[in-house]
Amino acid sequence: METKRLIIVAVGGQGNLLASKVLGEAALLADIPVRMSEIHGMAQRGGVVESAVVFGDAESTIISDGEADVLLGFEPSETLRALNKCNAETVVITNTAPLPPFTVAIGKGTYPDLNELQKLIRQKTARMVAFDAQALAKQAGNFMSLNMVLLGSLIQTGIMPVSAENVKKAIRTSTKKAFVDINIKAFELGFEAAAKAA
Amino acid sequence: MHKLLTKNPGQKMLLLGNEAIARGAIEAGVAVASTYPGTPSSEISLNFFQMAQESDLYFEYSTNEKVAMEVAAAAANSGLRSMCVMKHVGVNVAADALMTLAYVGVKGGMVVLTADDPYMFSSQNEQDNRYYAKLSGLPLVEPSSVEEAKDLIAYAFEISEKLQEPVLFRTTTRINHSSAIVTLGKIKVPQTKGDFVKDPFNLVTVPAVSRKLHVKLLENIEKAKEFSEASQYNFITGNGKWGIICNGVSYNYASDAIKELDIADNIRFLRIGFSYPMPEKIIKPFLKACEKVLIIEEGEPYMEEQVKAFAQEEGLILPIRGKAKDLFSRLYEYDPAQVRENIARFFEVPYTPAVKPDISDVPELPQRPPTLCAGCSHRATYYAVKKAAEGLGTIYPTDIGCYTLGVLPPLSTADFLLCMGSSVGTGCGFSASTDKKVISFIGDSTFFHSGIPGLVNAVFNNHNFTLVILDNSTTAMTGHQPHPGVDMQDFNLTGYGRVSIEKVVRAIGVPHVEIIKPYRVNKSIAALKEAIDYEGVSVIISKEACTLYAQSLKKARGKPFYINEKCKDHRECVNELACPAFYIEGERVHINADLCSGCAVCAQICPEKAIVPVRSKEKIRSS
Ligand code: SF4
Ligand code: SF4
Repeated sequence: METKRLIIVAVGGQGNLLASKVLGEAALLADIPVRMSEIHGMAQRGGVVESAVVFGDAESTIISDGEADVLLGFEPSETLRALNKCNAETVVITNTAPLPPFTVAIGKGTYPDLNELQKLIRQKTARMVAFDAQALAKQAGNFMSLNMVLLGSLIQTGIMPVSAENVKKAIRTSTKKAFVDINIKAFELGFEAAAKAA
Repeated sequence: MHKLLTKNPGQKMLLLGNEAIARGAIEAGVAVASTYPGTPSSEISLNFFQMAQESDLYFEYSTNEKVAMEVAAAAANSGLRSMCVMKHVGVNVAADALMTLAYVGVKGGMVVLTADDPYMFSSQNEQDNRYYAKLSGLPLVEPSSVEEAKDLIAYAFEISEKLQEPVLFRTTTRINHSSAIVTLGKIKVPQTKGDFVKDPFNLVTVPAVSRKLHVKLLENIEKAKEFSEASQYNFITGNGKWGIICNGVSYNYASDAIKELDIADNIRFLRIGFSYPMPEKIIKPFLKACEKVLIIEEGEPYMEEQVKAFAQEEGLILPIRGKAKDLFSRLYEYDPAQVRENIARFFEVPYTPAVKPDISDVPELPQRPPTLCAGCSHRATYYAVKKAAEGLGTIYPTDIGCYTLGVLPPLSTADFLLCMGSSVGTGCGFSASTDKKVISFIGDSTFFHSGIPGLVNAVFNNHNFTLVILDNSTTAMTGHQPHPGVDMQDFNLTGYGRVSIEKVVRAIGVPHVEIIKPYRVNKSIAALKEAIDYEGVSVIISKEACTLYAQSLKKARGKPFYINEKCKDHRECVNELACPAFYIEGERVHINADLCSGCAVCAQICPEKAIVPVRSKEKIRSS
């Protein structure tokens, strides 16, 4: 089976580990080989959290620079920072709602211009889907459902070998009961947003 | 029921490496498990902790790795299967027990898990603990994948019982923190009641006994070598003339590379999973069948040294390479592309690497280092210490925990760090060797782990320094595990004792002890000034719960604060405290109400008294 490589980058607390877990569970439902890795050292202290999901026949659980098929970014400047994982064929999906690091607040660095940021990503990759996923999460009923919104748009692109059906099933079994409806709604909103962006 | 206690052999589950390892231990019938938490191993013990509450497993968070090792060693010498889990540097702490345990051996199986951390994702060094096997003479196994990790645990227990020796089980971060689909096996019902049979002339390591035991250990290493040579975890695939030898995760990268480079026909591929003793009888014929050999192992040239020694013994002169400027580094972790490229270069096969985007025109992005949480009590303590020590030119030895993040400006309260507990010992040393004021920082869990002997030393040798114990009632950094100072009722658990840090400090005889509440800024500064002025050992215990943990336990969270129109833009809050809840918008400082924990520290330092709590129903801005 063809290998598909996905990098997810987020800021600690944005819930990307749950997103990759849902993808993994969806792959398990469909009997698709999957391997994942995550670096969550000090995730809760506001650092960057990166996870890699590799579908198909590969043994490696990490993804080298230039080798991601899809880059899914939960925060625009982090998406840009992870551009080295991409190549000219990579599809990038990114939330556009910024979460500036505290270094910006204390004057140690400037947050990139959002239009410029999108232009750069678009220039260097095959395709970019960019939208305010945070707003859609709020619309779904909880700002924490950002991860599910982004999963929705990821699945809409059709690049990952898991179906929307299975991802929704996995959302039902592996996210908190009280949030399942919101999460499904968020997933669907993200799915539609990506369809519109196409 | 805990998912890892599921009795359904054949069921497939998506598991984190650390979950697979914990499950492996349960399947192997482990009866006693002990640990001191340390990333990347922490989830193994977290799962043990949870499972112990609903099964026969005895599990404990020990005060440090040495104690954990001793607990597990005694269990195994009482005939039970025991396991102790630690991060790689934890083995340094436990090494004293480990080295002689190798002489004494075990009756029940014992597995010592060392979680190495190439690239130092969350560690102070990247030492390669395979050398502990060589140093102690104990067998070492290491998995390449999550699935294999589960099965290898049962195997390690078997080998341990056959040899009557503990077995070292080495992982790296990419095993611990990778996930894959694992097939559950049968759970072996553990033997949970041990019996200790007295045998002092084999178990009490006085010199006369140890001289005998060392002979036995050397014989055991020979036996272990036979196991390694017969092990299904040391295997060869392919029958080409280009040899590749791998261990751990490098095996995955090399497997993928061989496929991608389409060179399987030329390759003879040896995977080492039982890596001490190295399987001589496998490696020597392997070398004879190859024209050249590439050794791929993260960390030190552990296998390379041994393989070259074997080649020398056989008079073989084929090129054997691994660590070299143009090949593999001793630094950091490897990745698939790097392995692919080096395989292609070494065997001279064509290869076009993926084209990375030219990012030269991407503007420099602001860094996003991990930082103390909004409202973290450590930030409050550090602020107070800096105010109290203003103008003194202080040295700040620090220790291991969230509070190490005080190294970042503007707090900049970390000047020296070696290992767990080192803030106290190095505090003694700096005060003896310089005229500078020394203020050391240590967390509560770290204090119990290895801070106490240093403090005893300070009192005995009458050093002149201040030790600030940052007591937030948890082991925060590794995921909020308990420690001896914690009220176990917070975990709904009874039957535990509780040790008071204050009583320990006073009992040691520290002449100046004060407890502060760091959220009370001025009082804290005043108490710290007194402690700093004191000639001799002074201890400040700064007591406030970890705010992240308190919030997760749904313990009271204060009302968020906001900045009103009295703000004159001094920015002392941002520049000196740098709470991550602050952000600048429209040239003004704001507070993100979602992040603010309501600690009120910033409100106390604002010269305009412009930071005030949000009154109910008042409209505030949140991001
Ligand atoms: S987890 Fe607790 S101790 Fe660690 S930075 Fe956050 S509040 Fe501070
Ligand atoms: S009260 Fe001030 S210092 Fe405390 S968490 Fe809120 S913004 Fe940060």
